Amino acid sequence: MSLLEVNSLTVDYPTSRGTVHAVEDVSFSLEKGETLGLAGESGSGKSTLGLSIIRLVPYPGVIVKGRIKIGETDILKLPEHGMLSIRGRRIAYVFQDPMTSLNPVKRIGAHFVELIRTHEPNTSREEAFQRAKDMLKNLGILPERINDYPHQFSGGMRQRIMIGLAIALNPDLVVADEPTTALDVIVQAKILDLLESLREIYGMALILISHDLSIILERCNKIIVMYAGHMVEYANSTELHKSPKHPYTQGLLQSIPNIELADQKLSAIPGSPPNMLDPPKGCRFWPRCPYAKKKCSSKEPPLIDVGNNHFVRCFLYSEKGANSE
Amino acid sequence: MSNVKAVDDVTFSVNKGEIFTLAGESGCGKTTTGRLIVRLLKPTSGTVYFNGEDITKLEGEKLRLLRRKMQIIFQDPYASLNPRMRLGDAVGHPLEIHGLATGEEKQKLVLDVLDKVGLSPPEQFIDLFPHQLSGGQRQRAALARSIILKPEFIVADEPVSMIDVSLRTTIIDLMLGFRKELGLTYLFITHDLAVAKYISDRIAIMYLGKIIEMGSKERLFLNPMHPYTQALLSAIPVPDPKRRRKMIELKGEVPSAINIPSGCRFHPRCPYKKDECAEKEPRLIEVEKDHYVECSLY
Repeated sequence: MSLLEVNSLTVDYPTSRGTVHAVEDVSFSLEKGETLGLAGESGSGKSTLGLSIIRLVPYPGVIVKGRIKIGETDILKLPEHGMLSIRGRRIAYVFQDPMTSLNPVKRIGAHFVELIRTHEPNTSREEAFQRAKDMLKNLGILPERINDYPHQFSGGMRQRIMIGLAIALNPDLVVADEPTTALDVIVQAKILDLLESLREIYGMALILISHDLSIILERCNKIIVMYAGHMVEYANSTELHKSPKHPYTQGLLQSIPNIELADQKLSAIPGSPPNMLDPPKGCRFWPRCPYAKKKCSSKEPPLIDVGNNHFVRCFLYSEKGANSE
Repeated sequence: MSNVKAVDDVTFSVNKGEIFTLAGESGCGKTTTGRLIVRLLKPTSGTVYFNGEDITKLEGEKLRLLRRKMQIIFQDPYASLNPRMRLGDAVGHPLEIHGLATGEEKQKLVLDVLDKVGLSPPEQFIDLFPHQLSGGQRQRAALARSIILKPEFIVADEPVSMIDVSLRTTIIDLMLGFRKELGLTYLFITHDLAVAKYISDRIAIMYLGKIIEMGSKERLFLNPMHPYTQALLSAIPVPDPKRRRKMIELKGEVPSAINIPSGCRFHPRCPYKKDECAEKEPRLIEVEKDHYVECSLY
C-alpha cells in the first residue's frame, strides 16, 4: 500500500464567467521517503493539486471527483473535523510566503507550542517549549531566538521556521509549495538541503511544487509535469531528464539555462499558457505544439504507459513505447 | 540615525553594443545602481558618464532629452504598466511626452513596435488593459515601450524573474534581437546567474553595495576568483538529476546594510578569512586580463 494515492482527482473553480477546470483527472502515488516534484507554470494547477491533498482548496474551488488516500485513510470521505488530525500531523504544508504564514504578533516559541499542544494535548508547556528549542537547533537557528517575533528574522530564516513547524509533529508527508521562490539562490540551496536532511532523519515523503524545473530535477525522485490542469507527463527524474516525451516537457527542458553547459542554445515555447476559462479543445497544449495534428484539436489524448514507469498524455505515443504513425 | 550605503564606491564602464550584467543577491545594491545610472535616483557622490558626457547633475530639459536615449525596464510587469491606460496609449506615451509623434503617425509606430515584441496582431492588443494580459505579455509591452523611442541604452532590472520559466527565453531572445537591430547597449540586472550566463558579455558580481568581482562572462564562470562568487555559482541548481553539485557552505546570511562588517565586508562568512580581512578593505585589482577581484587572496 502506498503512502499517498491520488486517483482521478478533478478540481473545479466555478466562477461567474464560467468554470475553470483547474485540475483534471490526475492520478499518482507516493511511497514513504520519496520525493515527488510537481512542475508547471502559473495556471497549471499544481498549487490547487497540492492544496487538494489537505482539502484546503480556496473558495469557490471544489473537488468534484477522485480519491485521495493517505495510508488507509480516505481523505475525501472524512468529515471536516476529521481533517484536523490530518493537517499538521500526518500531512504538513509549507507555503510560499513565510511572512503571511507566521503570526506577526506571536513569538516563534508560541507558534511551536500551539502546534504541539493542539495535536498532543497531554504535552506540558515546558516540554513543548523544549521540543521547539531542539527543532530550532535542527534548523540552524540559535535556540535563544525562541522568544523573537517573525519580523526579527530574515526571509530565509522565516522559511526555515515554517519548515520546522511543518515537521514538528513528524508527519508522513510534507507538501512544500514554491518554498524557495522568494529567496536568494544561496539561501534557496540551504533551505532545500535542510528539507532533504530533515527528510532523511525523519523519514517523511515530500511533494515539492515549483515552476523551477532545475530545482525539481535536482531534488526529486519522481516528477509530474502539469499543463493547464492536466498531468501531461509522469516519470522518474532520471528517466524524464534522459528521455522527455511530451512536447511541452521537451520545450521546457530546452528553455532553461544550464549553468554547466557552455554555449547553450536555448529555445522558447511559442505562445503562452491558455486562458483557463476557455482552454483549447482537445489537447490543451496543441496551439503551442510543434507536432500538433488534426486530431489533437478535437480529441483529448489519454494518459499512455510507455514503459519504465513513464506516462505521457500525447497522441504521439502508444502503449509500451511503440510510436504511433 | 545611521546611513545605509546602498552603493559604495562602484566603478565600471559599459561598452557600446555590450550586455553588461550586474549580478548579486537581494540587498547587494544592483537595482539601486541601475536606477542611479538612469537618474531615477541622485547619487550622493560620484559621476555617471554617458557618451562621454557627465549626466550626474542634469536637470530639467537636458535630463528630459537624456531620457530619449536611456530607458529602463522594470522587474514587475504588474506594477510597471498603468492599470488605467490601454496598451496602445501606454506604449505610445513616450512619443507624446517627447513630442515626437501624434495621431496616425504615433499609432503606426505603436503597432509596429507591438508587432516586433510578438504581441500580434497588434490591432488586437492596443485597446486592451494590462489586467487583460498575462505577465509575459505585460513584460513584452514594457519592452515595447522601452524601445519605441529608439534609445541607445536600456537598463533591464530583473526583466524576467517574475515571468514563468518557459516564457523567459522568448523575452531574452527579443532583447538580444533588438541589440542587433537597434544597436542597443544593455545593463542587465539579475540575481539569476544562469540567465546572466546566457545573455551577458561581461558580468559584475555585487555584495553589500560593492563590486567584488568583474570580468568577461567566460572568465568569470570558468575561473571564479572571489570566494563569494564561487559559493554563488555552487548554489545554482542544475537541471540534471545525475549532477548533484556540492554547495560551498557559507556561514550565516547576508548582513544588514546598516551594519556593514569592518574590513572586507564578506569576511564573517568567508571560508578563507585571514586576520587582515577584518581590518583592511581589499582593493579591486586586475588578476588576469580584464578580470578584476576585490579580495586579499590575490
